[in-house]
Amino acid sequence: MTDTPQAYSAAAEVGQIRERRTWMQIAKIELKKAPYSAWFGLIVIAIYLFVAIFAPLLAPHGEAEIFPASFAPWGGDFVFGTDQIGRDIFSRLIYGARNTIGIALATTLLSFAIGGSLGLIAAISGGWLDQLLSRFVDVLMAIPGLIFALMLLTIFGSSILSLIMIIAVLDSTRVFRLTRSVSVSVVVMDYVEAAKLRGEKLGWIMRREILPNIMPPLIAEFGLRFSFVFLTIAALSFLGLGIQPPTADWGSMVRDNASMIQFAKYDLTAALTPMIPAGAIALLTVAVNFVVDWFLHITSGLNDEH
Amino acid sequence: MHPILGTIIQRLLLGIVTLFFVSLIIFSSVEFLPGDFTQAILGQAATEDTVAAFRAELGLDKPAYIRYFDWIGAVAQGDLGYSFSGRSASGVDRSRAVVDLVAPRLGNTLFLAGMAAIVSVPLALVLGITAALYRNSFYDRSVNAVTLTTISFPEFFLAYLLILFFASLWPVFPSLANVNAETELIERIYKCILPALTLTLVIVAHMMRMTRAAIINLLASPYIEMSQLKGLSKAKVIMRHALPNAWAPIATVIAFNLAYLVVGVVVVEVVFVYPGIGQLMVDAVTTRDIPVVQACALIFATTYILLNLTADIIGIVTNPRLLHPR
Repeated sequence: MTDTPQAYSAAAEVGQIRERRTWMQIAKIELKKAPYSAWFGLIVIAIYLFVAIFAPLLAPHGEAEIFPASFAPWGGDFVFGTDQIGRDIFSRLIYGARNTIGIALATTLLSFAIGGSLGLIAAISGGWLDQLLSRFVDVLMAIPGLIFALMLLTIFGSSILSLIMIIAVLDSTRVFRLTRSVSVSVVVMDYVEAAKLRGEKLGWIMRREILPNIMPPLIAEFGLRFSFVFLTIAALSFLGLGIQPPTADWGSMVRDNASMIQFAKYDLTAALTPMIPAGAIALLTVAVNFVVDWFLHITSGLNDEH
Repeated sequence: MHPILGTIIQRLLLGIVTLFFVSLIIFSSVEFLPGDFTQAILGQAATEDTVAAFRAELGLDKPAYIRYFDWIGAVAQGDLGYSFSGRSASGVDRSRAVVDLVAPRLGNTLFLAGMAAIVSVPLALVLGITAALYRNSFYDRSVNAVTLTTISFPEFFLAYLLILFFASLWPVFPSLANVNAETELIERIYKCILPALTLTLVIVAHMMRMTRAAIINLLASPYIEMSQLKGLSKAKVIMRHALPNAWAPIATVIAFNLAYLVVGVVVVEVVFVYPGIGQLMVDAVTTRDIPVVQACALIFATTYILLNLTADIIGIVTNPRLLHPR
């Protein structure tokens, strides 16, 4: 019996476990296990982002370029025909991706900046400030969002800037509620107390102690809020009160071409023209919902294991 | 005093306070208008006298808090002021009372919302409860997938899909719901079918998912497991043990979705050119007709708050744990 060298070493194994997986590795492993719905959502979002970023390169015609042929049929020079004043619908769809998604993204980011920071401040400081902010948010949330937005748009007029500001402020109430409720349980942890005793500033405690611990629900909420904001802006544009012409935008494209639906019996493609931007809106919200669903599933699953 | 009564009174007071603050917000919206808006409404040719008279009519010469009480007092008596449209630079005033604009349209909107609610509430409850009982079955998963998709669709997409199939390709229903005061009930229902169907699809999806979640949450509680382990029949477990505690969440779900209906009605009315209060508000926003916008916003917000309050109170009244205090 010869003495075989031991390949096993406890120290090595312990060391291996201690080796942390990088963020990229975790993402790779999770993506391998992701269901089809999540893959579908991710691919759709990637395509939308690609189109939005490279809009000027992809579009065959200009955003507000007017051709002499109005209501041109599908095919030929104009893939999806032209609209009531002779603008190429396909090009406007592509530019619309950039405008609609860009504005919705900016609004959601702003609403998270406002709602998130106020929610953290309310949770950390507590007391009268917390009460004041919470009651104020209660009152704001008692008015239905779309109605409030309509009222504010009457006063400030519908420019892109006021649209972003109004929807971001109204939407931040929900972000505030979520951030406050998830961070209240983190604020009482010992390490937060320790940071306070160390004399750390409010900003440090917010960023370094609490934020990393409440990230998963906030990221999921970001997806949901984005699709909600996206739908609200689309609805407002559809009502003629959101993004104003000549800026291409899916909501107003539906409104402009809606009358073509009546001709479905004679030319189905004409009737489908207003359905394309409406479908583009629906497809993106479905995709975001699928990804959020999957993300919630893995983050809650990880929490269960540990 | 019964403790339940105290809770209800507390909720009612809270509702009144909320209404007060909401009316304050809606009122103060006019304060943010630029100073020269009287000129914008009356036109460039307006004389000094006309502008002064208009400003006096709006009470702009009085401090804001007095104007608030004047306004809220008038609203309480059913006087919503006069519309900004129909005024001219020469001082001739053909503006209409906001009440006359709002009242007939409010009736139309309530009719449409009521029609959607009558169909969607029972449908959603049946779907939600059965999906919860047969959880993870093929039926549950397919209902879930369909409702998740309809939730993600904007209302106007659903509306135009319905128009495309039922008004254009296969013309059985009208795509324009142009009713007026003389329209007969049967014809009115016929014309409202597509808008009501759109609202129903949206509401059923939301309501069904919330009902399902509420029932599943309830069925997971230990006392239900206990009653099952006692050997009670499935029907008895549901009827005697689960349902009494389920009324509160179900009532909340219904009221919440009816409140959602109030908002969803705006887009649907515009798509089908239905003469309701939502379309009136959108038109008023376009022309910046502040008194009409304020009136509509107040009506929408009040309905919303009252529905949520009702849900709260039903939740308290039907809660068996509060009914039998120890």
